[in-house]
Amino acid sequence: MSTTPTETGSPKRRLGDLVFANLTRAAGLTILVTLAGVALFLTIQGIPGLTAGPADLKGHANFLGYVAPLVFGTLLAAVIALLIALPLAIGVALSVSHYAPRSVSIVIGYLVDLLAAVPSVVYGLWGIGFLGPRLVPVYQWLADHLGFIPFFSGPASNTGRTIMTASIVLAIMVLPIITAISREIFVQTPRLNEEAALALGATRWEMIRLAVLPYARSGIVSAAMLGLGRALGETMAVAMVLSASGIVTWDLISNTNPSTIAANIALTFADATGVQRNALIASGLVLFVITFAVNFGARSVVARYETGSPR
Amino acid sequence: MTDLATPPETHAHVPLRHPRLPSYAPWLVVGLAAAAAALVGLTLGWSLTGIVVLAMVLHVVGLTVWSRAVENARAATDRLVTSLVWVALTIALVPLVSLVLKVVTEGAAELNGRFLTWSMRNVVGEPGGIYHAIVGTLLITLAATVISVPVGLLSAIYLVEYGGQSRLAGWIRFLVDVMTGIPSIVAGLFAYALFSLIIGPGTQLGLGGGVALSLLMIPIVVRSAEEMLKLVPADLREASYALGVPKWRTIVKVVLPTAMAGIITGVTLAIARVIGETAPLLIICGSTDSVNFNLFNGQMASLPVFIYSSYTQPGTNPEILKGMAWGAALILIIIVMALNLIARLAGKFFAPKRGR
Repeated sequence: MSTTPTETGSPKRRLGDLVFANLTRAAGLTILVTLAGVALFLTIQGIPGLTAGPADLKGHANFLGYVAPLVFGTLLAAVIALLIALPLAIGVALSVSHYAPRSVSIVIGYLVDLLAAVPSVVYGLWGIGFLGPRLVPVYQWLADHLGFIPFFSGPASNTGRTIMTASIVLAIMVLPIITAISREIFVQTPRLNEEAALALGATRWEMIRLAVLPYARSGIVSAAMLGLGRALGETMAVAMVLSASGIVTWDLISNTNPSTIAANIALTFADATGVQRNALIASGLVLFVITFAVNFGARSVVARYETGSPR
Repeated sequence: MTDLATPPETHAHVPLRHPRLPSYAPWLVVGLAAAAAALVGLTLGWSLTGIVVLAMVLHVVGLTVWSRAVENARAATDRLVTSLVWVALTIALVPLVSLVLKVVTEGAAELNGRFLTWSMRNVVGEPGGIYHAIVGTLLITLAATVISVPVGLLSAIYLVEYGGQSRLAGWIRFLVDVMTGIPSIVAGLFAYALFSLIIGPGTQLGLGGGVALSLLMIPIVVRSAEEMLKLVPADLREASYALGVPKWRTIVKVVLPTAMAGIITGVTLAIARVIGETAPLLIICGSTDSVNFNLFNGQMASLPVFIYSSYTQPGTNPEILKGMAWGAALILIIIVMALNLIARLAGKFFAPKRGR
C-alpha cells in the first residue's frame, strides 16, 4: 500500500483483492501442508509399530523382518502387472494414434476410459468370482508342463487365487493410465518426421520405429513408472483376489503367496488392536515412501522432457 | 522411375511395384484363422477362450507367412506388427466386456425395491437391502466433495491467476502431480491417524472417509480446473480490467463462468473416481448393518465396503450375501457410469458459446 497516494502511481490494492489472493494462496498451501501432514501423521502413528515385538508382528522378530516379505510381494505383483500391461498398453495406444481410423479410435478411447472408471472393488469381485476359477486349468497346465521354471513350480492352486491372477487384474487396472499417457505422447510426434519417414519408403511399422518410438521413449518410461506406482498402491483387487500367506516365494501359481503391503493392511486392519495397528500404519508409511519415490521419478522424467502438457 | 528415355534393356525385368497382398487379405486371414481354430477347438472340445487364442495365433502367423511369401520381409514385419497391435487391443478389451457382462448378469437378478430400500439391520438368513450402504456412500462422497472443491478450485485459481511461474506455484504443481499417485490405502491410514490424534485412538467415523477421499480427489480437481482456467482467453480478463473491475471480481464474474463447463466436468469425473474407493473407507469408516446419517459419529457403511465384506466374509448364508455383493457392484457401476455420462453432458450443456 502506497503511503503517498498520487494520481499516476500504482492503484491502491483493494481489500477484496487482498483477501481473495491470500485465500487462493492459502488453498495452495493447504495442499503442501496436507502432503507434509500425511508423512507426519503416518510417522507419529507408525513409530510405536517400529519397535513392536514378535507378538504384534505375526511372529517376526522385528519390524524389518515383518515388512520385508510384504515389500517383496508388493514389488513382485506390481512388476508382473507392468510386464503384462506395458506391451498391451503400447499396442492400444498405437492403435488409437496410428492404426485405427478416427471414428474407431474415438470408440476405443471411450472404452479405455470405461476401463479406468470401473471401481477397484468390482475388479476384485470379478477377479475372485470369474477370472480366478477360469485360470485354474491354465495354472494346472503350467505346473505340469513348465514346472521346471521356478515361477511355475506349483503345486497349482485349485482356486486360482494366486499372485499371477492378482497381477493380471492389476495389469488390467493400470492399462488405462499407461495407454492414456503413451497415446498423448504418440500423437504429439512431429508430423513432418512421420511423413519424412514415409516419403523415404518406410512401411508404417518402420515409420513408428524410426519417428514415433524414439520421440516417445521418455513418455513411455514415465507412463510405465506411473503405472507401476498405481500397481504398487492398489489394494482391493489384491486383497480380494490373493490368497496370501505372507511368505517369500517366486512361485506364481500356488496356494501360498506373498502378500502385498496394501492388501495386508486392508485384510488385517479391522482385527488388529493397539500396537498391531501402529505396525500396519508404519508399513503404510513404507508403501507411501516407495510410491512417492516412483511417482517422483516418473514426474521428474516428464518434467525434464516436457513437450506441452503430458496428460 | 517414369523415364522419358527408353529404359535400358538390362533393367527391363525389374518390376516397378512389389507384388502386394489384396486389401481384403487381413480380413480373409481372420476368417480362415477363426474357422480353422473353431474346427480344431470343437474337435478337441476346447473352451471358447482356447479357440479364440488359437485363432489369434493362427491369424498373426498366417498373415505374416503369406506376406513373407508374396511381398517381402519388410512388408511381412509391418503386417506382423499391425496384427499384434490389433491383437493387443482385443486382449485389452476382453476383460472389460467380460466384467460388464458378468456384473450385469449376476447383479440384475438381485435388483428389486427391497434391495434398494432396506438396510441389513437385523436381517438374517434372507436377502436384505443396501440402503444403508447407498446412504453412506452418498454422504461420504458429499463430504469429500465439500472439502475438495473449494480447496482444489482455489488452488487452481492461485496457480493460474496469481502463482504464475513463481517457485511456490511450481512446487504446488509438482506435488499435486505426485499426490495423484498416493495409494488410496495410505489416504485411509492418514485419515485414521489424524482422527486418532484428534478424537482418540481407534476412532471410526464417516467424516474421516470424506477427508481420506478428498486427499485423492483434490489433485484431480486441481489438475482439471487448472487446465480449464488456462483455456480462458486473456482478452476476456484484459477487457474486464480495462473497465476497472478488480482482479478478484474479474476472476469470479468473468473467468470462472467461462471455465464453468470444464470445471463441472472435472469435478464430476473426480467424484466418479473416488466414489468407488474401498480401501480408505474400510479403515476409517468401518462397516455397519444399520443406516447412519451422522457423518460425525459412528461407523458408516458404504457400497464398496459392503461389496468387499459381503463377498469375502459372507457369514452363515454365503450364497445370499455373495449375490447381494454382485447386485451392489451393479449399482456402483451404474452410479459411476452415470457420473461419467453427466460429466460429458455437463461439458456440452454448460459450454460457453465460444468453442473450446
